[in-house]
Amino acid sequence: MKKAIKGNHAVSHGVRLSRVGVISAYPITPQTTIVEELSEMCARREIDARFIKVESEHSAMASLIGAATAGARTFTASSGNGLLLMHEVLHWTAGARLPIVMADVNRAVSGVWNIWAEQTDSLAQRDTGWIQIYCESSQELLDGVLMAYRLAEKVMLPVMIAYDAFFLSHTTEIVDIPDADVVDRFLPPYEPPVQLNFDDPRMFGGFFSTDYFYEHRYTVQQASQEALNVYPEVCREFNAHFGRSYDLVETWLTDDADTILVTAGAITSVSRIVIERLRSQGEKVGLMKLRMFRPIPVECWRKVLGNASRVVVIDRNLSVGVGGVFAAEIRSALYASDRHPPVYSAIAGLGGRDVTPEDVEGILHSMKVDDPSPDIPLYWGLKR
Amino acid sequence: MQRKIAIPRELLVDEELMLPGMTSCQGCAAPISMKIALKALGNRTVIVFPACCFCVFQGGYPYTNLKVPVIHCPFETSAVVASGAAAALDVRGEKDTTVMVWAGDGGTFDIGIQALSGAAERNDNILFVCYDNEAYMNTGIQRSSATPMGAWTTTTPAGALKSEPKKDIEQIMLAHHIAYMATASPAYPDDLYRKFQKARQITGMKFIHLLSACPSGWRIDPADSVRIMRMATQSRVFPIYEVTKQTGAVPGEDTWEYDITVIPEKEVPVSDYLKSQGRFRLMTDDMVVKIQKQADRKWRDLIEKRDATRLACV
Repeated sequence: MKKAIKGNHAVSHGVRLSRVGVISAYPITPQTTIVEELSEMCARREIDARFIKVESEHSAMASLIGAATAGARTFTASSGNGLLLMHEVLHWTAGARLPIVMADVNRAVSGVWNIWAEQTDSLAQRDTGWIQIYCESSQELLDGVLMAYRLAEKVMLPVMIAYDAFFLSHTTEIVDIPDADVVDRFLPPYEPPVQLNFDDPRMFGGFFSTDYFYEHRYTVQQASQEALNVYPEVCREFNAHFGRSYDLVETWLTDDADTILVTAGAITSVSRIVIERLRSQGEKVGLMKLRMFRPIPVECWRKVLGNASRVVVIDRNLSVGVGGVFAAEIRSALYASDRHPPVYSAIAGLGGRDVTPEDVEGILHSMKVDDPSPDIPLYWGLKR
Repeated sequence: MQRKIAIPRELLVDEELMLPGMTSCQGCAAPISMKIALKALGNRTVIVFPACCFCVFQGGYPYTNLKVPVIHCPFETSAVVASGAAAALDVRGEKDTTVMVWAGDGGTFDIGIQALSGAAERNDNILFVCYDNEAYMNTGIQRSSATPMGAWTTTTPAGALKSEPKKDIEQIMLAHHIAYMATASPAYPDDLYRKFQKARQITGMKFIHLLSACPSGWRIDPADSVRIMRMATQSRVFPIYEVTKQTGAVPGEDTWEYDITVIPEKEVPVSDYLKSQGRFRLMTDDMVVKIQKQADRKWRDLIEKRDATRLACV
């Protein structure tokens, strides 16, 4: 059924269709409307879930340690400061191999308040072990939630779906909401590989000495790497059921491109307009949209970007002391490759400042004519 | 009034759910309590451990000495991890289970209090047990908000003894209108056993505050552990009582019934209890007087509340 719904509600529908058993959340703008809608769905008995209305984001994530260990499919959502408050528990849930799915509506974080779009919150969680998937449209959000559970439960790692505050969370788009029976065929009920069983009691977690801890960490790393193999399988299955496909990265006109623009999230939609315009003017530009960012699909990035003569990355985030996170990680991934074009970095749209097609075109133009150093980010649109 | 400790038969014959082989210190009271608690709760119990001594000495991967499912969790999260486990068991249709948190005083009074308060306010169906040894013993005896006034710890050394009274966690929990709140001590094992049995039958939030001697931190001989815990009750520093919610026939008419479940066999002055432990060696006479007055006040208050409950029942 096609319906015009907001991005946040697309996530709520994904959660409903995934037949989640335990939901736990705390209000924070701009995530709140996801869980408001889920509360309504629970009240209308459209979801048979227990909804724990916790007193903080830290407790939201912590409650899912208990719920997922005890065998429930689980969901939470957060944004910005709320996600940062969860940080300790993100490490814990990944290390405990719990297949939790969370939506993070990317929101700026700093020593001053701002509730608008920026990816620094989720990127600050990149070492936690959570799989990260960045989305551009409401359809991708709903589908992303369904695929996230399939992936999480196959590799036993938690998955974070990240997307822009307001630009996507509060924008209404037409979304194809699949039928529950088709989703049930794609996503079977959650059966944890190690059960909490009173007749066969196990200890979950506990104290790991130096004899075991390193090996434990390595198994988490292996599971994350395995996600790179499993994700394409999940995509194929998803495509077979729903006729839509989402690869590790999405490419557009990259095959013969001299310059490849790299974006993540809602800036991608704006960039499509620009790429189309520049192509019509004969410029050989292409677009690579980052989808999976943890684990890094290194081979995939190398294959797409290797033939370009330059790569331009727009980062709606800032790692203070470094610059744009995506640019830095792409540079690092390309370094050992035979073909490694220079990677130029532009910081734009921090704290929800609008990034228009003119901005994207301006960034690409500046990278071409001003001959900037790849070492220094271009702080686009900064008022001096 | 004399009191005989009657050991329930079940305590001697029921299946042992806590096995030997732990690495706890000699004289540590926590395993004594756990052994009795598990006998009362049975094997359909999940234990949630935050960081605490018990989390370390009950196993160490790949071993566990508990024959029930155990979930370890971050320090400040235990109550809500239990809430999540209880919700999942409920949605899975698992009946007659108990999800029990077993946390130290740090994990209850201090870092754990936010999640605990949240779970209590929601009346989540969990049993939260605080084994209170009155300091951060696992990290080497640092003061917590459960440390009594006048106690020596490594962060309240000579010249800077703890000057604030112990936080009243029992009143804090009662202020959440919870289903059941009790204190207990392994020095009175029959009472402790009965309270866990009772808690097992109650749906909603249950809180049991256990006094738990720590010979290393209290500076006592391990052999004296139980005797000194008994003195805590005899001196009324740690009275043993319970408060049970009685659901009213009419909405809004719930009451809370007080019962002092251990009337000690003899009374001893607070100073005798304090003198029995090295950690109180440096405290001033003023502090002793203050603690005696606090104990007297608490006891009077409990008698008053118990008698009011009895009057209400007549």
